[in-house]
Amino acid sequence: MTTKLIVGLDGSEPGERALDHAKRLSKLIGHCTIELVYIIEWSPYSFQTAEENAQRHKRREQEVKTATERVITPALTVLKAEGFTANGRVLHGDAAELLNSVAIKEKAEQIIVARSTESGFAARLFGSVTAKLVMSATVPVTVVN
Amino acid sequence: MQTKKTISCAIISIILFFQSSAAWAESSIDQTVNEAFSWATGWFVNLIFAPLPGTSFPWIVLWLVTGATVFTVYFGFIQFRAIRHSIALVKGDYSDPDDAGEVSHFQALATALSGTVGLGNIAGVAVAVSIGGPGATFWMVLAGLMGMASKFTECTLGVKYRNEYADGTVSGGPMYYISKGFKERGVPGGKFLAGLFAVFCILGALGGGNMFQANQAHAQISSIVGDYPGWITGVIFALIVFAVIVGGIKSIANVTEKIVPIMGVLYVSAAAIIIIMNADKVGWAFEQIFLGAFTGLGVAGGFVGALIQGFKRAAFSNEAGVGSAAIAHSAVRTKEPITEGLVSLLEPFIDTVVICTMTALVIIITGQLTTDPTTGLYLVGESGRIITADGSSGVALTSAAFSSAISWFPYVLAVAVVLFAFSTMISWSYYGLKAWTYLFGEGKTTELVFKIIFCIFVVIGAAANLGPVIDFSDAAIFAMAVANIIGLYFLMPIVKKELTSYMSRLKSGEIKKFDKY
Repeated sequence: MTTKLIVGLDGSEPGERALDHAKRLSKLIGHCTIELVYIIEWSPYSFQTAEENAQRHKRREQEVKTATERVITPALTVLKAEGFTANGRVLHGDAAELLNSVAIKEKAEQIIVARSTESGFAARLFGSVTAKLVMSATVPVTVVN
Repeated sequence: MQTKKTISCAIISIILFFQSSAAWAESSIDQTVNEAFSWATGWFVNLIFAPLPGTSFPWIVLWLVTGATVFTVYFGFIQFRAIRHSIALVKGDYSDPDDAGEVSHFQALATALSGTVGLGNIAGVAVAVSIGGPGATFWMVLAGLMGMASKFTECTLGVKYRNEYADGTVSGGPMYYISKGFKERGVPGGKFLAGLFAVFCILGALGGGNMFQANQAHAQISSIVGDYPGWITGVIFALIVFAVIVGGIKSIANVTEKIVPIMGVLYVSAAAIIIIMNADKVGWAFEQIFLGAFTGLGVAGGFVGALIQGFKRAAFSNEAGVGSAAIAHSAVRTKEPITEGLVSLLEPFIDTVVICTMTALVIIITGQLTTDPTTGLYLVGESGRIITADGSSGVALTSAAFSSAISWFPYVLAVAVVLFAFSTMISWSYYGLKAWTYLFGEGKTTELVFKIIFCIFVVIGAAANLGPVIDFSDAAIFAMAVANIIGLYFLMPIVKKELTSYMSRLKSGEIKKFDKY
């Protein structure tokens, strides 16, 4: 049975470090699949205008396409060229909740994320995605500095 | 010499003309706009509110009540038996996780509510109780409860027959379900009726969705900062609306969309606090509401007067049967159109049964309506309205009621009214635009023409008096219900079929709650 590692990507440089760590672990473990996850923060309980609603489906398609083209596909191409087994997906929702849900669904061994890039007032007030993940995840989490 | 004298005379005349024009402009622009507006719209208002022969009962009110009753009975009191499932749908219990990122049931409901919760709940209720007495509240709540079935019917059809374009955008609403649904059922006249609805929708967007909002926003601002010409408020509002709908400055709309719900919660909380503070009077207030509903307690027109006001204001506030919400709800992403109908029935409940009732209770409890101490009946002035404690009406009456308990609340209310007015205008500019593009086709120039007309009407609305504006706003909104309810009668068997199928699949467990991703 293959070991699955979930890697949270956000197109930033720290995200790349999380991926590098996953590669190292994958080599050490051997038979391993890297699952890349890009999450677009979204809440079904936000408020929108009627016009935004009318265009939402179109916007969603564009968001998924952009994230796939700019982050997931290039990362997958590199991984596969280097001989790793990897899959990727783009999802909408709460990043911390979704990373955990994907890990459970995929029966993953651990989630690897980079230290949060959020700082300042907003992070203090609402807490960072990484902090929330560490506190709520039911699967082991590795936070890469 | 003669020439010099002529020139001097001319210059003096011009100066005098400009001086007098300036003075005239200050006082008379509002008056001129008002007179021209009354003249232009009077016939339309008279037609829509014509009484039934031999009575004072407007036929349009009977039309709405009949519609709501028919839908309530036809769908087996759906508003009561499905409300728990409606709440589960809004919570997202039945939403497919794969549809995350699409318009959720909650978002469609919130957007539709931001178009209806507003001045109708604040000013409209004040108008209802000052003309129809506390008894109007009873009829308003009843209309709200019945209206839930109308809303359910129209919003289901709104999703079922929406247009989905190749670029992923959607357009829906009565004009689409009437034309497509009639064709599907082989009923003639669908295109004509859909066109008629679209014309009335444009008028409704300009009336209740625009002028009434601008008018009451001006009334509220001038009650705080002192009296000044309405067209000034109109021009400022028009410029902001223009910036959003033409200039595409989304940040203004986004900020409003986020503040409006907070204002709504603040308003309901303040009303709840006042009601709790006067808990000993709640029993008496309900007694007044029930007595007034069946006796009128001295109001003009007796209990029929109370009933007419209650039904009119409820329809104006929650728009059930009007068809506007079907436009807003049609953007939701769901494989089952009936689910959006079930969600939408919460709208009249929140808008009318909860918020409008709270406004009415605050006005009654704080003693704004004066009574004759000997008879206990309400004192009615020459205008046919109950004489209020400080002589105010409309939004000023609600403001007076709140300020009698919380002195600083009028300032919060002023901000809330302006924001509610603005958000309702933005919503209705979209409804009007959809009706406009249905009639004249999609295209940037066509859209721009409507948007400019919409902004001009903001100025007219702010400058005109309350009377003619409120009459036209009501007439335009109710006219939409004429075409829409005819359409709903023909199409309700389709909704019934969808409902029966959905409910049986829900019961059998075929439709079940989704696990989170």
